[in-house]
Amino acid sequence: MDSVRYDHAGSDTRIPLALKILIAGGFGAGKTTLVSALSEVRPLQTEEVLTGAGIGTDDISGVEAKSTTTVAMDFGRITINEDLQVYLFGTPGQDRFWFLWDELAFGALGAVVLADTRRLADCFPSIDYFEQRGIPFVVGVNCFDDARRFNLETVRRALDLDPDVPMVLCDARDRQSGKMVLISLVEHVARQRGEPVPAA
Amino acid sequence: MRAEPPGPQHEWLDGEAGPVVRPYTLTGGRVRSAVDGFDLVAFVLATSDLDPAGDPRLLPEHRRLVALARQPVSVAELAAELDLAIGVVRVLLGDLLAQGLVAVHEPPAAGHLPDDDILKAVVSGLRAL
Repeated sequence: MDSVRYDHAGSDTRIPLALKILIAGGFGAGKTTLVSALSEVRPLQTEEVLTGAGIGTDDISGVEAKSTTTVAMDFGRITINEDLQVYLFGTPGQDRFWFLWDELAFGALGAVVLADTRRLADCFPSIDYFEQRGIPFVVGVNCFDDARRFNLETVRRALDLDPDVPMVLCDARDRQSGKMVLISLVEHVARQRGEPVPAA
Repeated sequence: MRAEPPGPQHEWLDGEAGPVVRPYTLTGGRVRSAVDGFDLVAFVLATSDLDPAGDPRLLPEHRRLVALARQPVSVAELAAELDLAIGVVRVLLGDLLAQGLVAVHEPPAAGHLPDDDILKAVVSGLRAL
């Protein structure tokens, strides 16, 4: 393929390719902050409706008569070029909304797991999720102002991470810092395919 | 990990869960789109520049979707713009697709990794930010 175009809508409209990256981590780990820092558009929220249809059952009869509730998901967009966009989806923070992750993770390029060293255990479920599904991820250790600084190796041991999973110190409020986390993810994805991305 | 089976309703309904709503009123109770698909990052494009204003089958929300889709726009962005739940937007898009008013361009199948050129373009694009 000599171009990143993958589809044509007609003679002159180009349909971009959208790559999906998940931003995960415990509640308050900085997911929304990171999406906001990186998105070129005002971060948008989509809502998913919790119904019987969403929780692992095919029986949706009568769903329309029941009360439902919604879960907000943040998303942001980065336009790489006219043919290529990166979408960032912040995952719902509460454990009971795991089933929404399956849709978010479907076809995702990879994920960033944000870790807060003050509450490291909060990101264990995210790491488990991506490990179990073979979805490439990197861990961004969000450096909160009032958190003790830890050596990355100490954090890696505490998280019991595979040695090939990249870890990056970051400040989720800072665009340059957040972008380095995304770059490390894309490079990690490329390495897993055995096709290293040369440094630009 | 699958979610636990749903517990009693009240466990789902609290501040974190958001307001209790009846989002599918708009779709006449239809919770499934007539067609599968509409990935969050699928792109929707109107098939014609004409405003289907006179069509009595269309809700104002349908027409807004068509208007927003004059340029390729993702399903996620449509939902955010209309401030409607993704599931509701999928049903409405299914209506528009059935009437030939929009075309949908799904992303490549899951498991189909973008090729090396694309990953390189993403890395250099991010570096340039």
